[in-house]
Amino acid sequence: MKTNILLAGVGGQGILTIAAVLDTAALASNLYLKQSEIHGMSQRGGAVHSHVRISDNSIYSDLIPLGKADVIISVEPMELLRYLPYLKKDGYLITDTNPFENIADYPELENVYNEIKSHPNHILIDAKKIAKDLGNSRATNIVLVGAASSILPLSEESLLNAIKSLFKRKGERIVEKNIEAFNKGKEIATEFVS
Amino acid sequence: MKKLLLGNEALAQGAIDAGLSGVYAYPGTPSTEITEYIQKSKIAKELNIHSQWSVNEKTAMESALGMSYAGKRTMVVMKHVGLNVAADVFMNMSVSGINGGLVVVVADDPSMHSSQNEQDSRYYGKFAMIPILEPSNQQEAYDITKYAFDLSEETGLPVLLRMVTRLSHSRAGVEISETQKAQNEVKLPTNSTQFSLIPSYARGLYKHLVAIQPELEKNAENSIYNTLINGENKSIGIIASGIGYNYLMENYEDGTCPYPILKISQYPLPKKQVKYLFDTCEKILVLEEGYPFIEEMISDFLGEKRKVIGRLSLDVNRVGELNPDTIAKALNLPIKDIESKPKVVANRPPELCVGCGHRDLFDAINQLKKETQSQQVFGDIGCYALGALEPYKSINALIEMGASITMAKGAADAGIHPAIAVIGDSTFTHSGMTGLLNAVIEKTPITVIISDNSAIAMTGAQDSSATGRLINICKGIGVEKDHLKIITPLHKNMDENVDLIRKELNYQGVSVIVSQRPCVQLSKEKKDRLKHIKTEVLN
Repeated sequence: MKTNILLAGVGGQGILTIAAVLDTAALASNLYLKQSEIHGMSQRGGAVHSHVRISDNSIYSDLIPLGKADVIISVEPMELLRYLPYLKKDGYLITDTNPFENIADYPELENVYNEIKSHPNHILIDAKKIAKDLGNSRATNIVLVGAASSILPLSEESLLNAIKSLFKRKGERIVEKNIEAFNKGKEIATEFVS
Repeated sequence: MKKLLLGNEALAQGAIDAGLSGVYAYPGTPSTEITEYIQKSKIAKELNIHSQWSVNEKTAMESALGMSYAGKRTMVVMKHVGLNVAADVFMNMSVSGINGGLVVVVADDPSMHSSQNEQDSRYYGKFAMIPILEPSNQQEAYDITKYAFDLSEETGLPVLLRMVTRLSHSRAGVEISETQKAQNEVKLPTNSTQFSLIPSYARGLYKHLVAIQPELEKNAENSIYNTLINGENKSIGIIASGIGYNYLMENYEDGTCPYPILKISQYPLPKKQVKYLFDTCEKILVLEEGYPFIEEMISDFLGEKRKVIGRLSLDVNRVGELNPDTIAKALNLPIKDIESKPKVVANRPPELCVGCGHRDLFDAINQLKKETQSQQVFGDIGCYALGALEPYKSINALIEMGASITMAKGAADAGIHPAIAVIGDSTFTHSGMTGLLNAVIEKTPITVIISDNSAIAMTGAQDSSATGRLINICKGIGVEKDHLKIITPLHKNMDENVDLIRKELNYQGVSVIVSQRPCVQLSKEKKDRLKHIKTEVLN
């Protein structure tokens, strides 16, 4: 079984934290993993993505082939759509609703949402607000991990352990906030996935 | 022990475990994390492995050669265009050969994610007539690095280890050793003339380099990193080098490709295996990341009896990276039904960070452009290269590290006025200083603005060799005291800064303006450290 996860966002939005959670959980579960990321110039406020591939068998390519992503998780709604050519038929789209408008020609938000909603398997949530209400707006990306958790090939336990180990050095409070963020994301996603 | 590592990190760990005594490098995407990993490694610290950044790639490679001369194992790391800077020592140390194992790591950037060209370093390896290694995955990056040091000492030559962006910046679990090979003791070269390349010695050494080529080829033919994998269907034989192999295999879900494959990770090209494939298959498909290096070597020059296809024949994309899909096309695999990117998606190019000092500098330069349309701005390599894009469009030309000052000089010689060079602090010490000396000697009317953010910002805010030294360097080069200025690029200083720059633009000689404000991406720890470095004063 191979699962291809494409992470999307804008440089600085923390998609590599999502990748780190998935990586850590996959390695602890004795699964094969490849995860590519973007360094350098494109990181500066530009579109960034990361390909995460998890399998119980060896993986060749560091890049997901077109049409083979099981899920795209994005921290920004327009960035989600940028990678649609990678999406498998009936694959999942998961995104935060909040636009990151650092360009002059950012499209009408309604058009972006409509495009996302035209796909049957979408989870469109205001993860930023959820994280903020929990008292830690920086946990937006972990809300999205929670929302995606039911369709990831990783156990909830392994994901929570990964979150604990990754945030441990930031203190107990941050760990708790991120676990709450994960749980809340998971809960809200059930409204979309029936 | 299995560890989750970037390709770059796996390579670095391999070097540490191979008995490395020192790494020398200048940061450059996609190579930077190799040196950073060694800098952060506890074991490397305990083993006292040298890992401090060098001023540029040439000084790095020469230092590495010095360490090799002393008998120790050493590695020099750079991005592909960095090898152009170090090309002088690179070409000559293949003639002298090495003493302690010396591995040259060069990370190519096909698709130019963070670069100005997609040059393929394998040509440099062939040019210097040395062995080239090209790992295909993270585990190989680790294993091949260890092997590279042995190969270097065995052949007496530097070895080129070529990485590419997608391997450098992709993570996987890597099985690593629990122990490190002991470092070499200091041991001077046994041949006292080996490292003195005066013509009479160099002729003999070069003859030797030519004479051992068949041995290098035999090494490659017997290498465990070049393997022939059998396949029933002989209508195509595939040569897949480096990560080209991964993209090929990705197209066969069950892990078996019907065609024979020659997987290449060591050069010179193993002639015996290539010949076998050539003789037994109807045609040859070459899959290689970068230029059509192998394809060009083995295809018929006139194309009359050509049975080799690949990037040169345009059966595979000629420019940009490979991926599983481009290769599927070359193999005539069924075309998948793919969704297209919706029209609402707008481009989102990189931009300067909010609050960045370069922004305020470009605002000032643009205001001056309104006053004097003839103004030409020569930029350089770094974050501030983004000043060539919207919304600033302040930069008229930028080519390579250090060219801002020297191009401004040439343009000024041709009569362009005002001619402005914009260069970062680290790029200035990398290769701008010598050009400034050129301009000072001729008193060329140019204005050099050193945009000093006290970091090598683009690659992740590494320490800059220029920090705390810029003013003294400029004074030492001979910039006149009255035309050496410091400004703070902040919005509130805009009018004052524009006035100062305008005055210097009107001066008929060399002016240097240091536009000084730390990079907003610096960690608190680094900012604190900067406060302790004595602020430079002009008098």
